[in-house]
Amino acid sequence: MRNAEYQTRKPEDCISGAAIIVKALQDQGVEVIFGYPGGAVLPLYDELFKTNNLRHILVRHEQAAVHAAEGYARSTGKPGVVLVTSGPGATNAVTGLTDALMDSIPIVCLTGQVPTHLIGTDAFQEADTTGITRACTKHNYLVKKSEDLADVMHEAFYVAGNGRPGPVVIDLPKDILFEEGPYFTLESKRPCAYKPQIMEDQQQIEKAVKLLADAEQPIIYGGGGLINSGTHASQLLREFADLTGYPVTLTLMGLGAFPASNKHFLGMLGMHGTYEANLAMHQCDVMLNIGARFDDRVTGRIKDFSPNSTKIHVDIDPSSINKNVKVDLPIIGDAALILEQMIQIWKEKGYKRKDRMLSEWWKKIEVWRDKKCLDFKQDSKIIKPQHAIRRLFEKTQNTDTYITTEVGQHQMWAAQYYGFDQPNRWMTSGGLGTMGYGLPAAMGVQIAHPDALVIDIAGEASILMNIQELSTISQYNLPVKAFIVNNQWMGMVRQWQELNHGSRYSQSYTESLPDFVKLADSFGGKGMVAETIDQLDTVIDAMLETEGFFLADIRVAKEENCFPMIPSGAAHNEMILGLGDSLDAPTTSKAGMALV
Amino acid sequence: MSEILEERHTIALLVDNEPGVLARVIGLFSGRGYNIESLTVSEVDNIKGYSRITIVTSGTEMVIQQIKALLNRLVPVHEVHDLSIEGPHLERELALIKVVNTGEQRIEAMRIADMFRARAIDSTLTSFVFEVTGNPRKVNAFIELMGGLGDIEICRGGVVAIARGSEIELDTLI
Repeated sequence: MRNAEYQTRKPEDCISGAAIIVKALQDQGVEVIFGYPGGAVLPLYDELFKTNNLRHILVRHEQAAVHAAEGYARSTGKPGVVLVTSGPGATNAVTGLTDALMDSIPIVCLTGQVPTHLIGTDAFQEADTTGITRACTKHNYLVKKSEDLADVMHEAFYVAGNGRPGPVVIDLPKDILFEEGPYFTLESKRPCAYKPQIMEDQQQIEKAVKLLADAEQPIIYGGGGLINSGTHASQLLREFADLTGYPVTLTLMGLGAFPASNKHFLGMLGMHGTYEANLAMHQCDVMLNIGARFDDRVTGRIKDFSPNSTKIHVDIDPSSINKNVKVDLPIIGDAALILEQMIQIWKEKGYKRKDRMLSEWWKKIEVWRDKKCLDFKQDSKIIKPQHAIRRLFEKTQNTDTYITTEVGQHQMWAAQYYGFDQPNRWMTSGGLGTMGYGLPAAMGVQIAHPDALVIDIAGEASILMNIQELSTISQYNLPVKAFIVNNQWMGMVRQWQELNHGSRYSQSYTESLPDFVKLADSFGGKGMVAETIDQLDTVIDAMLETEGFFLADIRVAKEENCFPMIPSGAAHNEMILGLGDSLDAPTTSKAGMALV
Repeated sequence: MSEILEERHTIALLVDNEPGVLARVIGLFSGRGYNIESLTVSEVDNIKGYSRITIVTSGTEMVIQQIKALLNRLVPVHEVHDLSIEGPHLERELALIKVVNTGEQRIEAMRIADMFRARAIDSTLTSFVFEVTGNPRKVNAFIELMGGLGDIEICRGGVVAIARGSEIELDTLI
């Protein structure tokens, strides 16, 4: 028996498994659960009914339950909780769990299971949930004894939220939910072998600060780790950038960790990042990566990624170090704690901003900035998607706004044209690229922030992947807004087919689209269409004035491409700025064709 | 192209002896296309419920680093030790080899077995089963020689390994 001495603890209480779970959820400070009932979890739903002190949001599909919990988690910094039944309930949750794993979102997902004596017999609604989810969770548990239940519950929250966050599944056989067992409080729970390192040796950090202080062409490249570390990390990053005067770029997952309106901000980097961010990454001499993982969307061709720089990598997950890019100085720890140390060391050692040298570097950056890589021409009556998102930004930037997205062109345009000045305001599926993420995620955000403006910037194809959630939105009167950038294509697929497959648009046209206005109406919401440029502002205004949920169907230029772009397999200095440019610009190489 | 050097590493783990722990370790290797050359596992502390796993794997320096970091990230894994870089260590393996032969070859098999300190633990008039222990290279050599002396069937127990010296590295009495 594991940790035998802890089994002699005196329990607080002896209660049913279902009651243990509810009690543990309360002890963990859980306020809301996203779920869908079924046979195997009925005792738990019964307990929720009887105790009536945990809010349960009934979704319409288990994938959406996980995305909603992700939206909740990312906008609050607290773990999201999901409750689904066995078999199909668990398998439907798999996409959401994988999404949370890739984007490091803390989720605790309770799955029902057939009773222990039926496990392995192909019983009704049985699935090998721990087997299936082993690869898509940070950790999972199958509870076989009610005496383990309280500890497992507490440990799951600890594992989900500490170190690099991620989803944790607890598989609960039905008999365990009935069986009585001891309840142990959070304070008396058994110890856990998982102890992530959150602070690095002082010497290592001192080395990093020295490297940065001596740099001539430095850059700070931040990622989602800054968001996960808490709002304090974002404040510290701003302080560090002010102190040093260094330019900052952020990954898709990191947007909001540094104010988009700050003069030190170069915009997002990577495949659809800005020209100035990518060129600065390419030419820098010292790079500070903090809370990012050198994802392939960011690095482009690894061989030619930032070839002349000394690379410092701050990450809480040691397995992120040297995974894709070999770094010179790894620092394992929490972004905020490390940044705090760096600032302190910078001050203690009396390092000074080297304004003259820096101004040379900024001069170079300004030349790249002058390319105005995000410029577009709104020159006809047809709405440009970039313009639509920019108008949305201009009209909402002074409101407390949370943005979620689906996946595709609209997602990149949102990242490029919507400026985020604060963390936790931007929820998108980065690592997995899950179409259908945005609408349920917006639900989760709205539950956490009932009075805030929550907008799902969507594509007409993506939003249909979880459109059933309009029913949930309607049931709970969630005033979620969906801003559908409707070009009647699976835009990013179409773009790649145009660039890489001779404009053979195989299966990428969205046929038989619904009338989104009638669709909203059928669920008790409102909707409007903007077909021309003069209707755009009217629709946005109507959307913002509407109290309930709203679908804005924005008909945009159908064949607009998302630029700038690093073709897959190309390097940072081989960007395509626009279609005119792409004639003589590097096209996708043979090796790049095989990449996604 | 620069030469990619693959190194062989022997890694020792101390893990909670719970269902699924081996699947987690193996899944980590299979899911990322890493190699397992040998894997042994057995409980070493039945009060605390700890098992020790010995893995022999090969890969580039970056891959080995990844493997260790990923193993460390698993919740039921208490300790990860790369015996290959932490100083001198011992490796032993047990193998059972059945060799089917007659006449001169049979006598030669016996003679070689004697040199390798292998014991015959089963015999018929046309076969032996030898038990041999030693480091994996010795076992390889023995198997190769037996292969030249008749039809053979091989069963290897996998590598177990421990560091030399007085230091206790994987303390089961935590």
